[in-house]
Amino acid sequence: MSGALPTSEHRPTLASGVRLHHDAIRERHVLLFPEGALVLNETAAAVLALCDGVRTIDDIAAELAPQFGGADVRADVAELVAGIAAEGLMDRDDER
Amino acid sequence: MSAEPTTTFAQPGLAIPYPLLLVAELSYVCPLKCPYCSNPTSIVGARRSQELATEEWSRVFHEAGKLGVLQLALTGGEPLLRKDLEELCSAGRDAGMYSTLVTSAVPGLADRVAGLKDAGLDHVQISIQHADPEKSELIGGAVSFQQKLDAAAATRELGMPLTINVVLHRLNLDDLDAIIELAASLGARRLELANTQYHGWAKLNRQALLPTREQVVRGEETVLRARERYGARMEILWVLPDMFEDLPKPCMGGWASDAIIIDPNGRALPCQSAATLTDLPVEHVREQTLEQIWFDSESFNKYRGTAWMQDACVTCPLQRQHVDHGGCRCQALALTGDAANTDPVCHLSPHHGDLVAMRDGELAVPVAERPELVYRTTARPRA
Repeated sequence: MSGALPTSEHRPTLASGVRLHHDAIRERHVLLFPEGALVLNETAAAVLALCDGVRTIDDIAAELAPQFGGADVRADVAELVAGIAAEGLMDRDDER
Repeated sequence: MSAEPTTTFAQPGLAIPYPLLLVAELSYVCPLKCPYCSNPTSIVGARRSQELATEEWSRVFHEAGKLGVLQLALTGGEPLLRKDLEELCSAGRDAGMYSTLVTSAVPGLADRVAGLKDAGLDHVQISIQHADPEKSELIGGAVSFQQKLDAAAATRELGMPLTINVVLHRLNLDDLDAIIELAASLGARRLELANTQYHGWAKLNRQALLPTREQVVRGEETVLRARERYGARMEILWVLPDMFEDLPKPCMGGWASDAIIIDPNGRALPCQSAATLTDLPVEHVREQTLEQIWFDSESFNKYRGTAWMQDACVTCPLQRQHVDHGGCRCQALALTGDAANTDPVCHLSPHHGDLVAMRDGELAVPVAERPELVYRTTARPRA
């Protein structure tokens, strides 16, 4: 469950069967999964779009930093990934 | 586009949200004959030649995506009977929707699921009738158990999310533990345990299917224990049986509030049982766009909001008219004769006593004297 934050070397990816989608008519990003949808803010959508199982938490933070005035967003990325993982929507290491 | 003025049945000042779910009933025909099916009994004589064609469904999916629908359920009858199911999955994906195949797994899902995934299918939901193969086939009326297991395994091997759904009644509630174990062993991420809603064929079989209150109570205890056992590994949903409740469910989250159902022949309905509402006007996707049906049609606007409600709801001391929306219209019609009545499940309904008397009367009939199951079919009886 939630609690432990992923390490900076963790390479997050969405769980199988979970998809990022732009809901055009409601002008928002959502995560789609079996029988449900989770509404995302712009930042969360930007982070999750980079969760490809290749980039690490550090990579994602570095890539997004320019959008946040060069700030260090590593902690924010890790917290967001942990939050989505707590919903069961990120790939879990024990399932790989 | 035409410049004709639009006739609308929308109530002035009542906001209508965009829909979230499209349920596409691709065919009424089904290899299984489950007596608890909520499809209307009027499906007898349904002809496959009347079903919507591939390009008609594709257009409807496209319109649904534009209208904000996020989830697409491909169901039936049995959706696997459609030879164009791969094309329909791909049309659903193109329209931006997350698609779920709601299936008996027969015929041959195990061999077809990889192709369906490639075409764009996201999620598979397989029905299970019982954990015991013989009892499963007694309830489903067809040999299917092994095919279900094979299809579930094939789905999980592809890494696709799997939901198992089980409709519960007198003939399987006592074996709930084994059913839950089976779903877990198949790798289900979600398990939907839904007590029978007595619409369509299920209404015809109510006396044979109605469980005792004790069965339901034990079932709920079993579910609570299983939730502790499985935790986050398998989400277990438990849908209460209306017959033993005294407050109605918020049926469909309110009439035409988030879902559109299209029947195999193209009729659009606000719920999967709404064809039992015989005086509901017919809206058809061959004649109107989904947008027109959703916002302006008479049938989709008929029970929106609260203006249609009867006294029991208007004067609700619990202020639940905005919570449960008066309950289920189909149940109100089936049990009180008027679809606009308060759902008689509600203890404040003037008809609640009739529902209790009917239920207790049916439960008083010894099991040996209950009628035999009437199996669902689309075939006309031979003359």
